[in-house]
This record gives sequence, structure tokens and C-alpha cells, in this order.
Amino acid sequence: MPSGAPAILVRDLRKRYGDHDAVCGLDFEVAVGEVFGLLGPNGAGKTTTVEILEGYRSRDEGIVSVLGMDPGERPRALRERVGIVLQSCGIYRHVKVREAVAYWAGLYPNPRAVDEVIDIVGLGEKRDALARTLSGGQARRLDLALALVGDPELIFLDEPTTGFDPAARRAAWATVRRLQELGKTVLLTTHYLDEAQALCDRVAIVKDGRMLAEGPPATLGAAASRSRISWTDEDGATQEREVEDPTALLHQLTSGALARGATLRDLTVSRPSLEDVYLELTEDAADDVASTMEATP
Amino acid sequence: MSDAVLAWRHYRLERRMFWRNPTAAFFSFVLPLIFLVLFGSISDDAQLRIIVPGIAGLSIMATTFNALAMQMTFLRDAGVLKRMHGTPLPGRSYLAGVLGSAATNAGVQIVIVVLAGRFAFGLGWPQDWLTLAIFTLLGVSCFAALGVALSYVIPNFEAAPAYTNIIFLPVIFISGVFYDAEKVPTFLHDIANALPLVHVINGLQAALVNGKPLSDLLSDLGVLLLWTAAGVWAAVRGFRWDGRGG
Repeated sequence: MPSGAPAILVRDLRKRYGDHDAVCGLDFEVAVGEVFGLLGPNGAGKTTTVEILEGYRSRDEGIVSVLGMDPGERPRALRERVGIVLQSCGIYRHVKVREAVAYWAGLYPNPRAVDEVIDIVGLGEKRDALARTLSGGQARRLDLALALVGDPELIFLDEPTTGFDPAARRAAWATVRRLQELGKTVLLTTHYLDEAQALCDRVAIVKDGRMLAEGPPATLGAAASRSRISWTDEDGATQEREVEDPTALLHQLTSGALARGATLRDLTVSRPSLEDVYLELTEDAADDVASTMEATP
Repeated sequence: MSDAVLAWRHYRLERRMFWRNPTAAFFSFVLPLIFLVLFGSISDDAQLRIIVPGIAGLSIMATTFNALAMQMTFLRDAGVLKRMHGTPLPGRSYLAGVLGSAATNAGVQIVIVVLAGRFAFGLGWPQDWLTLAIFTLLGVSCFAALGVALSYVIPNFEAAPAYTNIIFLPVIFISGVFYDAEKVPTFLHDIANALPLVHVINGLQAALVNGKPLSDLLSDLGVLLLWTAAGVWAAVRGFRWDGRGG
């Protein structure tokens, strides 16, 4: 692949199920070596988009290129270079962990060492355990091992840590960072904001099959451009103001307090986090949920 | 890696999975033996000459048609097919491994029935090994393909036994597994004759007991070939990795 060509290119992607538009005109690119996150509420079209890129689903319109190939044609050369962790999928109940990873390794032309992969995902002690005896988190780690053993250049992770306890999530994050260090390209979907913020070079916020915002997590926060100033007043109440430019308000607050000989306890100035941006952008969805809940007796 | 090597590796995985589930393995081999013992103990020689090939045919259908309809539905429901679909493993290598494993079970059952016929029921060795091989192979191919095709119609794994048995049980009753197929009412006889099991049993009967030459079995071969072609077509055309379709 020529250098500079994106690992994934999506132009005006559209997919309908019956009369429901699951994806309506998505555009994005993922550079080689980048960790890219698709972030959005349930039903936003994340999984449909990823499954089109993985070759599971056909698209209705648009251009899609993955490692320079069309996933819709499911070329074997592409499947050899891509690792997939699906949102939920099973495995033979009676297969042992090491057996499964070794079998998967045999499907790829240049696999990684089986035991090394098992150690990377932290299943070393479960090597000889049957798949059906694994806990939910361990099964998810086996999913990851099977996706990595072919030494893919590009890895799809569809909600890789849903249902993990905090320790398992941290471990999974460390694995994704390790993939990044190895120069792998990663496309992940998540509805955890902290996950996107911790792992992704860039995120796209998707809702109702449309892109609402795209960029590095930090600049997405800056794009909202408002600052939040909060403090605790003399009566112990928390005050909060949102302003375009915090300079004037800060000056007013601090000089006023000095003149009165009071202190502004807990004074903070914060930029909106990715979470604020996300909530703001996907607000309608939250409103819908709220109105549904009100309507329910 | 060639498709054949991948198919062989998958076949070995399937065999290992089969033996690692001892209850399933036990029942699939012991059920025909139980039938043989039960019917063998209440039948005279003339009846045995019908029942032994009948149970051989039943075994072929149970280990391929029933087993694959259930297994493919389970693998689809559990998402194993979807996961496999995302790997470089070609679909035909995967299917070859799965079908090969079912065919092995059918082969083992035929061996059990032949040995039981010889040593327990005094039927002697098969009259014609070639006919036995041809009808076993054709029966296996036909019912394996039809079993895979049936799995596409089954909505979910919970429904699989119902879908499978609503076909399997009537078919074994009208096809003369337990009695002479000629004795059933004409309209049922006609239905049975349009279906494959009667023809597998006719061939096995010729091979195991009455020594009828292959040239007298051409119509049985023809019906089986038609069903096999239809089954393979449906199994290949209908493939889907999930319940919803792409």
C-alpha cells in the first residue's frame, strides 16, 4: 500500500433496512497507525458501519475502501490482514483456549506465536481451560486473542470492553495502546466516553447514521469553545457560569471577592470535556428518552 | 495454505469437539444400537432382513440430516459462523470439515450395524460391498446437504429439535425402517417414494441382505442424485451467517 493512503476511507456511505435509514451519508478516513473511535448512542449506526467495513454487510451507496480493497467483495487477501472483534459472538463450547488460538493461527499466512498472544491478552493461566468455562471478561479476551493471532495490520473492535469490570477495562486499554505502539491501525466503537478519550487519536460522534463531530478528543472539547467557571459562594452554594471568554468574569469575581475580603472557595475554570460535547451533540436522544419515561405511567 | 489443508484442519477440530462432548457422542452411537437390540430381540429372521438395513438408513439420516440441521443452527445462533466468516477460512473448507465429520459418524454407524448384523443377528457379511459404499456415500451426501439447507429455515436453536423431528419421525415411519415399506397405505407409500430415505434403505437392503445387483437399483440412484443436487444447491445458495441476512 502506498504510504499516505488511508487504512480506511468512507465516502457518503448509506445503508437502509426496510424504511429505516441506518447510515445516511457517513464520510471519514482512518490513517495508517491511527486509533479511531466511532462514538454514539445505541442505534446510531456504529455497528452497521463497522460490519460494512468488515465485509459482513452490503452497502446501498457510497465508496468504501479498507487497506485499498473493497470489503463488499470479501477478498481473502483483505481478510488475512484484518482482525475482527465482534460485539458478541460465540465459539465452540468444548474448545480449549490454546487449541482455539492455535487453530486460528493456522488460518493466517504469517501468524504470531500462539503463547505470546495468549499472554498479551492475559489468559496465560486459562491456557487449558474450556471456552465454556470462561467468565464473560475472559471470553472477551479470547475474542481479542483470536483477532490478534493473525498479526493483522488493521483491527476492528466493536464495543471491546462492554461488560468489563474496571480492572479488565484498564487491561484491555493497555492492550489497545500496545497495538498502537506496534503501528497497528485500530477502529473501535464504544459508548464509553472515557474509553474514547483514553485511547483514540481521533473520534467521530455519530447519531442516527450521521456524523455530528469529528476530531481529536481534546480539540472536540475546545471546539465547543465555552469555558465553565464554578465556585462556592459565602452561603455554601455552588455557582456555575458558562462563558465564551472567562477573562472578564474571572476579573469581576476575584476583584469583588478581594474588595469584600471574602474567598472564592473551589474556584475552577474548566474546558468542556468530551463528555460535555457528546451530551450536547446527542441531546435530542436524551430528550427522547426523557419524554418516553415521562409518558410511561 | 490450500483449501484442502484448511478443510482437513477443520475436520480434525470438528472431530475433537465431537468427542469432547461425551453425552452427544454416546447417544449418537448408542441410539441405533438400542434400536437394533430392541427390534432384534422381538423379530424373526425375515423381519431382521428388513429392520437391519432400515436401521442403517435411519442411522445415516440421524447422523447427517438431524445432526447438521441442529449443529448449523446452533453455530449460527451462537455466532460461531459469523466469527468464522470474518477469517480467511474459505466457506467451502469450513463446510467440507463439518460435512466430513458428520460423514465419519455415519460411516462408524454403518460399521456398527454391519458388525451387529454379522455377529448378533446371523445375517452374514454384506452381499455387495460396492453397493454398500455407493449408497452410504450417496445417502450421507444427500442428507448432509439437506440438513444444512434445513438449518436456514429454522429460526433459532430452541426450535431446531421441533423442525428436525417433524420431518425425521414421519419419514422414518413411512420409509419402512421398522417394517416392510410395501405394507404402508398407497398414498403414504407414494410420498415415501418421492423422498430419499426409502431409496437409501433399498440400496442398503440390496447391499446387506438380498444381493440385488446395482443395475436393478438405477431408479433409487436417480432419485437420490436428484435430491442430492437439490440439497447441495439449497445449502450453497441459502448460506447465511446470522438469522437476519445481510
